[in-house]
Amino acid sequence: MSVDPQTDFLEQLGEYRYGFQDPDVSVFKTRKGLDEEVVRQISAMKGEPEWMLQFRLKALNHFLQRPIPTWGADLSNLNLDEIVYYVKPAEMAGRSWDEVPQTIKQTFDRLGIPEAEQKFLAGVGAQYESEMVYHSIQEHLEKQGVIFLSIEDGLRQHPDLFKQYFGTVIPIEDNKFAALNSAVWSGGSFVYVPKGVKVDLPLQAYFRLNIANIGQFERTLIIADEGAQVHYVEGCTAPQYTTDSFHSGVIEIIVKKGARVRYTTIQNWSTNVYNLVTQRAIVEEEGTMEWVDCNLGSKVTMKYPSCYLMGPGAHGEILSMAFAGPGQWQDAGGKVIHFAPHTSSKITSKSISKGGGRASYRGLLKVYKGAEDVRSNVVCDALLLDPQSRSDTYPYIEIDEQDVTIGHEASVSKVGEEQLFYLMSRGLSEEEATTMVVSGFIEPLVKELPMEYAVEMNRLIQLQMEGSIG
Amino acid sequence: MSDELIIRNLRVSIEGKEILKGVNLTLPKGEVHAIMGPNGTGKSTLAYTLMGHPAYEVTDGEVIFKGQNILELEPDERSRLGIFLAFQYPVAIPGVTVANFLRTAVNARRRAQNPEDKGIPIPEFRKLLKAKMELLKVDPSFAGRYLNDGFSGGEKKRAEILQMAVLQPEIAILDETDSGLDIDALRIVAEGVNALRGENLGVLVITHYQRILNYIRPDVVHVMMDGRIVETGDADLALHLEEHGYDWVREKVDNGTPA
Ligand SMILES: Nc1ncnc2c1ncn2[C@@H]1O[C@H](COP(=O)(O)OP(=O)(O)OP(=O)(O)O)[C@@H](O)[C@H]1O
Ligand SMILES: [Mg+2]
Repeated sequence: MSVDPQTDFLEQLGEYRYGFQDPDVSVFKTRKGLDEEVVRQISAMKGEPEWMLQFRLKALNHFLQRPIPTWGADLSNLNLDEIVYYVKPAEMAGRSWDEVPQTIKQTFDRLGIPEAEQKFLAGVGAQYESEMVYHSIQEHLEKQGVIFLSIEDGLRQHPDLFKQYFGTVIPIEDNKFAALNSAVWSGGSFVYVPKGVKVDLPLQAYFRLNIANIGQFERTLIIADEGAQVHYVEGCTAPQYTTDSFHSGVIEIIVKKGARVRYTTIQNWSTNVYNLVTQRAIVEEEGTMEWVDCNLGSKVTMKYPSCYLMGPGAHGEILSMAFAGPGQWQDAGGKVIHFAPHTSSKITSKSISKGGGRASYRGLLKVYKGAEDVRSNVVCDALLLDPQSRSDTYPYIEIDEQDVTIGHEASVSKVGEEQLFYLMSRGLSEEEATTMVVSGFIEPLVKELPMEYAVEMNRLIQLQMEGSIG
Repeated sequence: MSDELIIRNLRVSIEGKEILKGVNLTLPKGEVHAIMGPNGTGKSTLAYTLMGHPAYEVTDGEVIFKGQNILELEPDERSRLGIFLAFQYPVAIPGVTVANFLRTAVNARRRAQNPEDKGIPIPEFRKLLKAKMELLKVDPSFAGRYLNDGFSGGEKKRAEILQMAVLQPEIAILDETDSGLDIDALRIVAEGVNALRGENLGVLVITHYQRILNYIRPDVVHVMMDGRIVETGDADLALHLEEHGYDWVREKVDNGTPA
C-alpha cells in the first residue's frame, strides 16, 4: 500500500498557522526607500570587497532605469518607496541553535525546523528578515568538501569560487527585480557540491519575514560539480499584516557535466506579500535540473523557474503548482531554452483557483537552431473551484529547428457535481470531498516530493481549502 | 427507532419531468429485496434519490430511516446514517488511491460519532482493508490504484462492493452491480454480499438478470414500471420474469389490477 499523507491533513484543522507575529528584535535597519546611500550602507554592514559594492551600484542604476513590468500580474499597488530594504535581526549566523537569539529561535521552533533538521535533513539554513541567523550541515558532508554556508560567508570564505559564478547565470540586466536583488541582496545560501559527491538528504533553507513593510532579497548560488547530486529545499512564511511586504530572491544554479540538482520551493507567504523571484539553472552536458515549485501563499507571485540546457544530453524539468485563493494572483510557470542537441525537457503545471483567485500559467519553450533531436513536453492543467475564479494560459513556444519532438497539452476542469456526490455518498462532507478532488489533482506533483514534504503539502492544501464551502 | 427503510409515495422529477410517480416500498434490515424492471423506468432514479443526488427533485413523499425523513439530509449525512449506494456508473477520482479514499471515508464516519476522534490507526485500517480485499478476492495492488480511474467495468463494480464491505452500511442499494461482471466475478461479488448479509443489513438489489439472484437469494422481488412498483412477490417472481418477460405485468397494470 502506498504512503497516504493525504488522510493525515484531513484530521488537522486550523487557520493560516504561520501568521503569528513576534516582537521586532532587529539590531539595525536602513531607512525606508532605496537610493545609493542605502546600498552603500548594506555593503558596508557586510564588510564587502569593492567589486561587490560596484556590482550593487551598477545594479541599482539599472533597476532605477527599468520600468515595472506590466505584462504579468498586477503590480500597480506595489509601493517600492514604502519598503525597508535591509533589516538586520541579530549579530551573527550561528552554527548551533543555542547561538540563535531566543525570540528568533522560538519562531523556528514553532515552525518545526530544528525537529525536521534532526529527522530528515542534511543541512539547514534559516533566514530571519534580511540575514541568515543559522546555518549548519552534517559533519560527514563537510568532510567530503560540501559547502553549505550563508551567501555572505560564501563570499568571505570562498572568494574565488564565488566570484567565478556569482551573477553569471542571472545578469543584472535580466529583469527589473533581478536588478533590484543585485543591488540590495542579503542572505540566502552558498552551496558547492564537489565532483561525484551525492548529498542524499535535502538541504533546507527556511525564510521568515517577521515585521511589516520590509523586503527580503535573498540570493542563492548553487554549484553542483561534475557528477554531483543535491536537493535543495526552500520554505517561506510570514505573519499576516494589513500592509504589504516584499520578497524578491535571485537563485542561480550551475549544473556541471553529469550532475543532478533538484530545487524545491514550498512558498507559503501570507497573503500580503509580493513575491517576485528569478530562478535559473545552467545545465551542462548530461546534467539534470529539476525545479519543483509550489506556490500557495503570497498576494502576487511572479515566478518562472528556468533551465538553460547548454550541453548535449542535458535535461530540464519543471513542476509548477499554484494555488490562488481569494485576493491572490499566482502568475507562475517555467522557461526552458534548448541551446544544445539531444536535450530534453518537461514542464508540468497544475493550478487551482478558488474564491475569486487568479492563477496563470506562463511558459516559454525555445529551441535554437542547431539543437537537433530535442524532445520536450508541456502539460498544463487548471482546476477551477467556482465560477468567480480565473485561470489563464500563456504558453509561448519558439522553435528554430526542424528535428524536434514537441508535445503540448492544456486542460481546464471544474470540480464536477458527480465527483462531489460520489464522495459525499461515502460520508465525506462537501469540503472534504472538494479537498479530496483537489489533492488528487495535484497528486502527480506531490508524489515527486520527499515524504515529509508531501505530508506538509497536503496539509497546506487542506488549510487552503478550509472554509471554502459555504 | 424503526429498523427499516420506509419509502412512502415518493415522487421525483428531473428537469421538470416526473420520473417516480409514487413509489411505496418497505425494506426491513435483515432482508434482501430485488427491484427489476425495463430500462428507463426509474430504478436508478430511486437509488440516486435515496442517496440524495442534487439533480433529482423530490416533489412528494418521504423516506423514513431511524426515525427521520432522510430526504432532508445531505448525501454525506445519509451515508453516515448507514445508507450506501453501489453506483451503476461509479465516478473516477484521479490521483486519489482506493486506500486513501477509504481511510478518509472511515474517518469521516468516526468523526461523525465522536468529533474528538483522531482517526483509525493506520495498522488497524490496513488490517481491515486487507481482510475485506481477501474476502472479495481483490488483488492487493488495488489499494494503491486511483479510485475508478482506468478501472475496467468489472473492477469498478468490485470496488463498489469493497467500499460497502469496509464502510459496513445498514442499508445497501446495489444498482446493477452485476452487469459487466464475468461469471467468476459475479460469484465472488455475490459471495461477498452474502458474507455481509445479516440482521443488521438490508439490501436493495437493482438488476435486470435473474442470474445474480441465484447467488443472492432475495426475500422479496419488486417490479418497477413507469415510475411505480407494480408487482411484488417472492424469489420465484424473478424466475417467472426471466422466462416470460414484462408483457404480462404490463397487461396487468393496464387492466388496473395493482395499486
Ligand atoms: N440526470 C438525468 N437527466 C435527465 N434525465 C434523466 C436523468 N436521470 C434519469 N433520467 C431519465 O429518467 C428516466 C429513468 O431513468 P433511470 O436511470 O432511473 O432508469 P433505470 O430504470 O435505472 O434504467 P436502466 O435499467 O436502463 O438503468 C429515463 O427516461 C432517463 O432518461
Ligand atoms: Mg439504472
